[in-house]
Amino acid sequence: MDITLFGQYLINGLMLGVMYGLVAVGFTLFFGVLDVIKFSHGDVLTVGAFTAFATFLALKAMQVASPWLQLVIISFVAMMAMALLGALIAKYLVLPLRTAPALNTLLITLMLGTVLREGVRLIFPDGSNPKPFPRLLPSDAYTFGAFTLRVDSMILLLSGLAMIVAVHLIINRTKLGLAIRAVAQDGETAMTMGVNFTAVVLITFAIGSAVAAFAGVMNGLYYNEINFGMGLLLGVFGFSAAVVGGLGNIYGAILGGFLFAGLQTIGAVALPFASAYKDVFALAVLIAIMAWRPTGLIAEKTSERV
Amino acid sequence: MTVALKSQSSLPALIFAALATLYGIVFLTAERERALGALLIGAAVAVVLAARFGVAERVRQSIGANERTFDIAVIVGVLVTALWFHHEHFILLMMATSLLLMVAALGLTVQFGYAGVLNFAGAAFLGIGCYTAAVLTNFTSVPPLLILPLGGLIAAAIGSILILPVLRTRGHYAAVVTIAFGILFKTFIEVNDAVGGPQGMRVGSFTLFGWTFNDPIRIGTFEASFYLVYAVAALVLLVFAFALVRRLERSWIGLSLDAIRLDEIASACYGLDIARWKIFAFTLGNFLIGMAGALYGHVLGFIAPNNFTFGDSLIIVSIILLGGIGNPWGVAVAAAFVVMLPEKFQIIQEYRFALYAVLVILVLLFRPEGLLPRSLRAYVPGWGARESSPEGTR
Repeated sequence: MDITLFGQYLINGLMLGVMYGLVAVGFTLFFGVLDVIKFSHGDVLTVGAFTAFATFLALKAMQVASPWLQLVIISFVAMMAMALLGALIAKYLVLPLRTAPALNTLLITLMLGTVLREGVRLIFPDGSNPKPFPRLLPSDAYTFGAFTLRVDSMILLLSGLAMIVAVHLIINRTKLGLAIRAVAQDGETAMTMGVNFTAVVLITFAIGSAVAAFAGVMNGLYYNEINFGMGLLLGVFGFSAAVVGGLGNIYGAILGGFLFAGLQTIGAVALPFASAYKDVFALAVLIAIMAWRPTGLIAEKTSERV
Repeated sequence: MTVALKSQSSLPALIFAALATLYGIVFLTAERERALGALLIGAAVAVVLAARFGVAERVRQSIGANERTFDIAVIVGVLVTALWFHHEHFILLMMATSLLLMVAALGLTVQFGYAGVLNFAGAAFLGIGCYTAAVLTNFTSVPPLLILPLGGLIAAAIGSILILPVLRTRGHYAAVVTIAFGILFKTFIEVNDAVGGPQGMRVGSFTLFGWTFNDPIRIGTFEASFYLVYAVAALVLLVFAFALVRRLERSWIGLSLDAIRLDEIASACYGLDIARWKIFAFTLGNFLIGMAGALYGHVLGFIAPNNFTFGDSLIIVSIILLGGIGNPWGVAVAAAFVVMLPEKFQIIQEYRFALYAVLVILVLLFRPEGLLPRSLRAYVPGWGARESSPEGTR
């Protein structure tokens, strides 16, 4: 394989890894504080990307021309809107079902995901068709011999990594993060120590959803296309990444994201029968991993009280 | 058993079946959306009033005491409805579709309602059945009567790939395995040109003893749409699946499955082989879904990957949740509504995925056991009638 193609795959794989990692962080945060899986997470990402797109159209109508300003505003609006949506979902759908069987939470969030996905398709004008996401990043490219480095990819990659670092700092270096970790470890004890349980859960869901919105904007900027179904696959892969890394473990989620993206990229490169099967391959690998390590590579410690 | 039979008249059950048939015919005949809306509201009001004045309870007891009579009455009711519309292609197609979805939902009931094994790839197994029918009719000359069980067997065989991950994982993780499989199936079919890729492929006609189902029927002066035969065939399949599931529920197998769903550790302590029963339920469920799929392929005549999306899997899950988990009759009613409503109200067609998702969310929030909750298991017809409390051990 020549170096150009290799570079392409490398960048692509890293980009996918960052995106999966960002989605996985959300899954892992939610699982940490409430022991629930929110299956609508991928669709929150879609809604985030579409919110960004709608904001872009509004900005264009208001004649804000600077791409940097546009970029900052659309990311900000999308993240804030999704943070709100995430908190609302937690308050009205996830928390009321805390005492119900875990299965009900799973079903309700799956169905909510469908509502969001279909909502985007039906409410957005001509929502069934893919939408061209604007190219807001500089499209310069530097060539090192046969290896081409595109500036927009680099910016996306670095900002994605910066986002991961930011989440890491929030969780590990702030008082809020301390509260989140306390709730994740033991909700009841955290409450007796004066942590406002509900508030922490809502904020956690807000953070996770905002990160997903960021991943959605990243996805839009990288592929220059968004569609209503993009969240489904990203959600499944993001969840797989979280599971592979071990749910409830942020570093595991990021590791899992890169591992999963790597597998997918290797699958696309190494498989003789073209890249058409790359999603099939990735999903098959996911099923195999689940069969091999049912609760992820870094296993969740389970013990059941009878 | 005879005592119970004598103590309860079968009249309320028969009247109920007749009224339901009549309602079905009127509902299917109605064209204008306002009339349909009035019919729906009328039915809702009737159900509420019947519950208020104790009529529903009497009907329920009568059904419980005269199960066989009621079952036959319902079969006759469906046949009458099918014959009534023997010219109407579209209505018969709708009937066949809902009957087959009921079979698929029954398969899911065995997996999910009894054994508690999650399966969010219902549409994929339905698709395996459909594609089996398509491939076999296009490339081989396997007699179509064999295609139905073959569709089921192949669905069960492909499903067995999932047995290991499904058995080893629990709860959310198991859900992800089946979701991943559902998406995998659709993606695979889409990129595989041998089965038509995204364009899909044609399914040959169903033939029985040299008689092609796709020809219009002419017996003397009686002419009927060819969908009539498919509707009847679907009914036969449904009766088979329904009887099987009811027998299963009443047997010690059903009891074991229930025990495993309710508490794995406790049932393991009592010597139940959890893995064996989960495999049994998962495989049997997939077999039923695959068989429904094989006939569904023939009914549709043309299939494409887009018929088997994740959304369609969720619709089958919605059916069993709306109907009441583990209650075959509830499943039947829910499947009929889920198929008919979007077709009758064209305005809903576009919104159906979202609508059913919202409905399921509301049911989960306010009535988690479903609209028609599963009642106490009656080992002998008439038992449930004497003990009318559906609460307690299920």
